[in-house]
Amino acid sequence: MPRKSSDSAKIAPSAITPYDKYLSRRSLLAGGLGWAAAQSIGGFPRDAFAQQSPGALAYTRNAGFSVNDTPTSYKDITTYNNYYEFGTDKSDPSQNAQKFRTQPWNLTVGGEAEVKGTFTLEDILKPHALEERVYRLRCVEAWSMVVPWIGFPLGDLLKRFKPTSKAKFVEFKTLYDPKQMPGERTGVLEWPYVEGLRIDEAMHPLSLMTVGLYGKLLPNQNGAPLRLIVPWKYGFKGIKAIVSINFVERAPRTTWAGSASNEYGFFANVNPQVDHPRWSQATERHIGANAFAPRQPTLPFNGYAAQVADLYKGLDLRKFF
Amino acid sequence: MSWQIRWIAKPIVFLACLIPALHLGLGALNALYGWNIGDVSLGADPVKHMLHTCGRWTLNFLMITLCMTPLRDLTRAVIWLRFRRMFGLFAFFYVLLHFSVYLFLDQDGRFSALWQDIVKRPYITIGMLGLLLLLPLAVTSTARAQRRLGRDWTRLHRLIYVVALLGVWHFWWQVKKDIREPLLYACGLSILLGYRLWKLGGSRARLSASRLAATDAT
Repeated sequence: MPRKSSDSAKIAPSAITPYDKYLSRRSLLAGGLGWAAAQSIGGFPRDAFAQQSPGALAYTRNAGFSVNDTPTSYKDITTYNNYYEFGTDKSDPSQNAQKFRTQPWNLTVGGEAEVKGTFTLEDILKPHALEERVYRLRCVEAWSMVVPWIGFPLGDLLKRFKPTSKAKFVEFKTLYDPKQMPGERTGVLEWPYVEGLRIDEAMHPLSLMTVGLYGKLLPNQNGAPLRLIVPWKYGFKGIKAIVSINFVERAPRTTWAGSASNEYGFFANVNPQVDHPRWSQATERHIGANAFAPRQPTLPFNGYAAQVADLYKGLDLRKFF
Repeated sequence: MSWQIRWIAKPIVFLACLIPALHLGLGALNALYGWNIGDVSLGADPVKHMLHTCGRWTLNFLMITLCMTPLRDLTRAVIWLRFRRMFGLFAFFYVLLHFSVYLFLDQDGRFSALWQDIVKRPYITIGMLGLLLLLPLAVTSTARAQRRLGRDWTRLHRLIYVVALLGVWHFWWQVKKDIREPLLYACGLSILLGYRLWKLGGSRARLSASRLAATDAT
C-alpha cells in the first residue's frame, strides 16, 4: 500500500531521494553493487552516478509484450510530439518543455477506492519493477512510430488503491500549471487535459504506466515524469505528466472527445475501418528510417487485436469509436 | 527604369520566390540520403512538412498577388503591377508542388485514393476546386492571351478572389484544432477583399454622382 505524503512529510527533505536518482539507484543495483551498498547510498559521493549515462534506468526487457519492428529513432521520438500544453507544433514540446520541473511531483488518488490521498512520486514508483516494452504508437493524425517504453503495468498500480465495486472507470489528469505550460494559457483545448479508461481496459496487462523510453528517463516533451501508454488506442489517450487518478462510476468527459465528439471518441481504439470525419484511418505514415516509404496499412487495435478485442465483445465499434 | 525592372529587379524577386522550394528540395535530399547539407532538416515526417510548406506558400503568394493593386493605389506607383503576374504564377507553382507531394509522396501515386479523397473529404474537394480554377488563370497569363481576351481577361482573372477564398477555407477545414494560423490568413484575405468592395462602393458612388451631375447639366 502506498504511504500517504502526510507520512512522508515527516521525513526530512534531505532523506528523500528524488525520483530520478531513485530510479537510477536501481540501475546501480542492477550494475551489481548489491543491496547493502544501496542501503548506504545516502552517503555516496555524487559521482557514484556519474559513470552511467544521465537518467539511465534499470529494467528488464519484456519480450512477450514487445513487437519485433525496428524502433523509431530517439531523435524523432523526442522531437516530434503532440503535447499541446507546450504548443501545437510538433517541434514545440521539445523546445518549450526543457525547463519543466518534474521534481517534486505528487499524485493525488481519489474517488471510488479504499486508499486515497496524495502520494509522492517516489512512493508511487517504489514497489514496481520496471520493464521495457517495444510498442507500436498510432496517432489519430494517421502517423505511427515504434517506441521502446520503460514502465510497469497500470493495473498493478491501481490495485494498490483498492478500487471499490463502484469504480467502473479511471480518470487521469495532467498538471495544470499555465506558468510552466504555455499552451495552457491558450484556449486551444480545455485544461487540464483529462483522459480516461474503462476499469477493465486500465487493468489490462498491456496498459503501461510509463516513466522512460530508450532505457532512460522520459524527456519532458514525452510526458515526464509519469505518463500513460495504451498501445491499442490512438496516441491522445496516452495522457502525460499525470497528477491525479480518480476512480469514477461514469465515463469521464475526456479532453479530445469533449472538444469535438464527432471526431474523437472516448474509446479511441485504433480502427482502420472507422475514418476520422476529415481523413482516412485506413493507412498510416510510419516515422522511421525511410522518410519516403509508402504508407502502411493500419491494423485493427493497432495490431493488438488478439490481446484486447475481447474487451469490446458486443460493442458496436462504429458507434463507440 | 524599365530595363532595370526587367533585368535586375525581376530576376532577383524570381530567385527569392524559389527559395522555399529549393529549401524543401535540399531537405528532401538530406532526408532521402541521410545527408546534412546546410543543416536543412524537414523533421521526423518530411512528407507532411513538404505538403504543409507548399500549401502555406500557395496561400502566401495568393495574398501577395492580391496586395499589388492596393499597394499601387496607396503608393500611386504602378511598378507593383509589373510583379503581379510573377507572384500569381508562383502561387500556381506552389499549388502544383503541394498537389504533387500529396498525390505522389503522401498517397503513393494512387489515383484511386485521390479520387476517393476528393469525393469523401470536403476540404480536399475545396482544395482541388481551387487548383482547377487557378489553371485557366495560369494558362491565360501571357501578354498575348491578355490582348486576345481583352475585357474578358479582367473578368476571368477575378477568379483569383474565389481561389483565395477556397484556399483559406481548405486550410481552415484541415487543421485539427488550432485555427490561429488559418484565422490569420482569413483576416488578411478579408482586408484584401474588403478593400476591393470598398473601392467598388466608392466608384459606384462617384459614378452615380457624376451621372447626377450630368443630368443636372442637361
